[in-house]
Amino acid sequence: MMALSKKMLEQEPSEIELLLPWHATGTLHARDARRVEEALARDPQLAKQYAVICEEYAATVHLNEGLGGPPPRAMLKLFAAIDAEPVRKPSAWFAARARISNFFTSLSPRTLAWSASLAVLALLLQAGVIAVMVAKNQPATYETASLSTNEPESMTRALAPEAAPPQRAAETATPPRALVRFAPDARMADVTALLDSYHAQILDGAEGGLFRLQFGGRSMTNDEAAALLARLQKEKIVSLAVAAP
Amino acid sequence: MQVLYGRHHVRVFRFGLRLVRDEQAAEDLINEVFLDVWRQAGKFEGRSAVSTWLLAITRFKALSVLRRRKDAELEDEAANAIEDTADDPEVATQKKDTSEALRKCLTGLSPEHREIVDLVYYHEKSVEEVAEIVGIPENTVKTRLFYARKKLAELLRAAGVERGWP
Repeated sequence: MMALSKKMLEQEPSEIELLLPWHATGTLHARDARRVEEALARDPQLAKQYAVICEEYAATVHLNEGLGGPPPRAMLKLFAAIDAEPVRKPSAWFAARARISNFFTSLSPRTLAWSASLAVLALLLQAGVIAVMVAKNQPATYETASLSTNEPESMTRALAPEAAPPQRAAETATPPRALVRFAPDARMADVTALLDSYHAQILDGAEGGLFRLQFGGRSMTNDEAAALLARLQKEKIVSLAVAAP
Repeated sequence: MQVLYGRHHVRVFRFGLRLVRDEQAAEDLINEVFLDVWRQAGKFEGRSAVSTWLLAITRFKALSVLRRRKDAELEDEAANAIEDTADDPEVATQKKDTSEALRKCLTGLSPEHREIVDLVYYHEKSVEEVAEIVGIPENTVKTRLFYARKKLAELLRAAGVERGWP
């Protein structure tokens, strides 16, 4: 037995064997964790070693937790020393980090989740609007392929006014808007689906959980707007919907 | 600063105490660490966790403390710690308490082995983070912990505790 142990001690450890302690503490990357799990499942010796590692892990935590902490006077001494230091301007990185951190910690988890979701939505909507604008303003470039290369600029200038759509007045008209409050149990996926189905975008979030939405990209008659609002009020995830300027 | 201190001072203190093995020295150490943090906050690049940065500073300062001590004193200390464990095998066996023997043997490891065991098991640092704190390649981190564990097994065997590995 002793001879065997000695032999094992002299052996070079395998890569998986070396990773076992980090597997126990859960600090391995997913790929390595999977490799270790697979090896543990097929190698009983490795599993035995892993059990030993788990004991070491527990004992180390127990040992360290038993060390206690520094006495309160350490903190007093530290802050007295800091007070005696010349006044420093905190670094820009630290100041910015602190401001951002304070802002986010001041939000409730629910508000934070909503804010993040709305930010994603806003980005997607913005990307959509940009894509539409680009698509609309794009001249028919494939038509210019047959044009003479001697006069590319003049041809482009000549084509541009004709290519512009003659619907500017309709695009700039205000589409209907509404103040909407979603049901407290509304899921993000439901809200997204609703916004999609109404071709709506969130303009801003008002006080009291109300959001100002804009519907579609064109103006509507009063009847059309009223019908849309009535339909919106019947949605399960909408608890309030009123017309807004 | 108070938030940072409140969040990290206990772990920094324990890490320092395990390295310097002296409460007063560990207390002075955390003061030096946090004062340095206050003075050099601009140097923190945000690429690693704050705790990793703090532990790296603590380690650096602990090594300075250890270097200031006489070599002979250090050797005696290490030898005593190991002897303590080895002299007491009957008690450890009688108690049949592997955990207690383990904890005792953990204190008998060399500073180099103690720090790596603590960083991985107690501070739950990844291979990359330990490499950053200790300033060694990642492969060395892995092998150093392996040999620390083997040393621990030897100390335990000397104390009459056989765990089936290695």
